[in-house]
Amino acid sequence: MNQYQGKVISWEVKRGVIEVALHHAPCNEIGVQSLEELEQLAAALPALEESAHALIFYSRQEAGFCAGGDLRELYRGLQQTEKSAAIAGIKEFHQRIHHVMNTFDASPLTTLAAVHGITFGGGLELALVCDLIIADKTARFCFPELRLGLIPGFGGIPRLKRDLGNAVVRDLVLTGRSFNATKALQAGLVSQVVAEGEALRIARVTAAQLGKFDRHTAAAAKKFSKPIPYDELRREIEIVCDLYARPAVEAALKKFVESTDAQPYLP
Amino acid sequence: MPTQQQTIDEILDLAAEQFKVPREKLSPDDDFFKKLGIDSLQALSLLTRLEQHFNVELPDYELQGVSDFRTLAERIQARL
Repeated sequence: MNQYQGKVISWEVKRGVIEVALHHAPCNEIGVQSLEELEQLAAALPALEESAHALIFYSRQEAGFCAGGDLRELYRGLQQTEKSAAIAGIKEFHQRIHHVMNTFDASPLTTLAAVHGITFGGGLELALVCDLIIADKTARFCFPELRLGLIPGFGGIPRLKRDLGNAVVRDLVLTGRSFNATKALQAGLVSQVVAEGEALRIARVTAAQLGKFDRHTAAAAKKFSKPIPYDELRREIEIVCDLYARPAVEAALKKFVESTDAQPYLP
Repeated sequence: MPTQQQTIDEILDLAAEQFKVPREKLSPDDDFFKKLGIDSLQALSLLTRLEQHFNVELPDYELQGVSDFRTLAERIQARL
């Protein structure tokens, strides 16, 4: 399937590059629908890899790359079921999203995230599974989960620790502040900063360059330089589910979902 | 180092340009959420522009409760 048009995600193979567009208003929040379509992409990857050497994730939403998990859907889920069933559902969701993220992370393709605007929480975690992040000047990176009494749940801390110094990891996670693209470049999170609106074009140029290299060698270099921290990723799911069981999380989600404050992202 | 008034003027210029609001309609003590008609995510895009323009880092938590241009200018001024 060289082309797919979903409700929230679409992809097509162009000149050996799988271009994956995120197009779920307002800012590609990741809920069950996004998870299901990402699972379809993960399942299709082995066949797509026959005709491609690279993959680019990008967003068609003006607000940004991805604002992270769908907190409203999550809150509704917590409201509608018994607490123990809700936690079991959250655990299943996290196991599934981890499987998807791990599949992208381990793909022999060279993967790129072309990002702009809001790249928060689960959106940053999706970018972090990629080999290269190309950001335009409007990009902002943030892990706001502590504001909700949580930690990043889609593989954030293990992959940040893999790629960045621990001081930067703690700065991002413990303060919940957002980095602009320049700061992210200085921190080593981003490989290139480009002009506004140019991230996808530059990602395509970069992907074309990657296509000149022997695929087997590129895959070997990736596997050697980008080990997947499976033990920590599994531990993360346990910690996140323990945190979800605390009443403070439900209260924080309620406050966020019901907030009419102009600054719900700045508690 | 620019004076606080210069910083305020530059913020008002940038905000007017970014959100296509007539510059003369903006004043230092305006609530920028209301006057620019923006939400928190759009405020973050303004923050990005301001950080680039003034070459500063302004952590989000320093903007907690800040909604007028004058106080925003004070926060930036403290990092110049």
